[in-house]
Amino acid sequence: MTGLLAWLSEPFSYPFMVRGLWASLIVGIVVPLLGTYVVLRGMAFFGDAMAHIVLPGVVIAYLLGWPITLGALVAGVLAALIIGAISRRTRIREDTAIGVVFAGAFALGVAMLSLQRSYAVDLAHILFGNLLGVSNSDLRLMAVLSGIVLLTIGAFYKEFLVMSFDPTLAATLRLPVFILQNALLVLMALVIVVSLQTVGVALILAMLVTPGATAYLVTRRLPSMMAVASILGAASAICGLYLSFYWNFASGPAIVLVETAVFVVVFIMAPSRGWRRSSILEKRG
Amino acid sequence: MEPGNPAPGNAVSMSNWVIKHATHKDNSPAIRLESVAVQYNGAPALFEVSLTLQPGERAAIVGPNGAGKTSLMQVIAGTLRPSAGSVEIFGHRPGGHVCIAYLPQRSQIDWEFPVTVREVAMMGRIRKIGLFRWPTRRDWGIVDDALGRVGLSGFQDRRIAELSGGEQQKVFLAQALAQEAEVILLDEPFNGLDMPTQGSILDILDELRAARVTAIVATHDLNLAAERFDRVLLLQRRLIAFGAPAQVFTRPNLMLAYGGHVHVLPDGEGLMILTDTCCEGDEVA
Repeated sequence: MTGLLAWLSEPFSYPFMVRGLWASLIVGIVVPLLGTYVVLRGMAFFGDAMAHIVLPGVVIAYLLGWPITLGALVAGVLAALIIGAISRRTRIREDTAIGVVFAGAFALGVAMLSLQRSYAVDLAHILFGNLLGVSNSDLRLMAVLSGIVLLTIGAFYKEFLVMSFDPTLAATLRLPVFILQNALLVLMALVIVVSLQTVGVALILAMLVTPGATAYLVTRRLPSMMAVASILGAASAICGLYLSFYWNFASGPAIVLVETAVFVVVFIMAPSRGWRRSSILEKRG
Repeated sequence: MEPGNPAPGNAVSMSNWVIKHATHKDNSPAIRLESVAVQYNGAPALFEVSLTLQPGERAAIVGPNGAGKTSLMQVIAGTLRPSAGSVEIFGHRPGGHVCIAYLPQRSQIDWEFPVTVREVAMMGRIRKIGLFRWPTRRDWGIVDDALGRVGLSGFQDRRIAELSGGEQQKVFLAQALAQEAEVILLDEPFNGLDMPTQGSILDILDELRAARVTAIVATHDLNLAAERFDRVLLLQRRLIAFGAPAQVFTRPNLMLAYGGHVHVLPDGEGLMILTDTCCEGDEVA
């Protein structure tokens, strides 16, 4: 027993691991919570695009010696507004337009980074996170941004629910749909910034959709879906941290792999919506 | 489909949900359209539609797929801006009203969304509840009463995915009741429902008429339109005829609306109509 306790507490005798734990808990709770809207509204591609569009901002901040989170914040909010504008008025299909911007911005970020001597290491950190390099000031900013996200979701819970479930109803009730939609995109930008150092640009999408997708399979109402997504996100973050500490996996991918494993298990087992149900329906049909 | 940005001057003022229906003019018709036209990307989808409905009247909109039935209802709901003509609901532009309920076609709703019957009905009230507030006991009382009136007491905590088609339609009627709507627009509510269920929905509409609620129903069922509605509106991009069913369902009118798809057979007591247009087709216009 004491052996197990020692095993569990061992990682956290290092300050950088403690900071990593806090960072991954914040990310694990807040990102999947917002991610439930991403899952329900089918915005996964938006989320992935936004995460990649943030890259040039991050690189510029890094090259100028500013806090990376600040660069990501500016770029993220810009990305949210650009994506919002593209989805409203384009002649080409919306996903095509977003794809063009997404890939272009990502290439720009990588190109700028490639001029640096430490290119390979930097790129790995930006793409897959650098959880153990989280500083106290990073943590504070993450906490503040997460607080904003939680408060906003709480304050506009009913409005976001109606807008996600039935946009026509939102319009006939004369809700400020335009503002609410952009607010949701900006919240996505904020959680992307928050998760940048934990899982990195390439895997943020997993934090947004995977716990939410798992929760969708086992819950009946949005509040419980949000709760389950957050609990799964936090638990996966902690498990991922142990995997990383004891078996040397990169921490970001480790967290995402735990989330994915949980999803696969639940998808196979879930009685109401998972694979078993669809196979039952197929037999009936 | 973009719900169309409401005109800038249409924003609902704060007083609208404090003083109920402050914008209703006395003795004005419930719905008045003057030479309304709608364009999609420059192509005309609807033109020269003029009509007047008094409070408590019930009208059916009939016409082939793509005739503009959904567009017309969106114009009346104030979620689609006409390119020409004027729309008045109780004497004012529809964009300021929160007394209009639009029940979308069943195919427009994500029935797997994690919400319960009670929550969907409550959505109709969120404007009355107001920002940053939660439903009170009185709100839940109104919602439960509305569910009782449509015969869904005891279904409150079901997930909407667990309902039959007719029950799903009734949830949205309960939502309109909870909204205390005075104009209700129903887009193809009878599609895929059996006769008894259609009858029970018509019974609810009868009760609404007794309460002076104005209802407009898009339907493909010409017999139903002829038997159970005060007014019929025959649409084929333009308004072909509007009036009592007997005046509207004439051979020349039907030929104009349906062209080759209709066969009009005189059979002693009246007309027998065979039409091959059907259902569920998402109207482009």
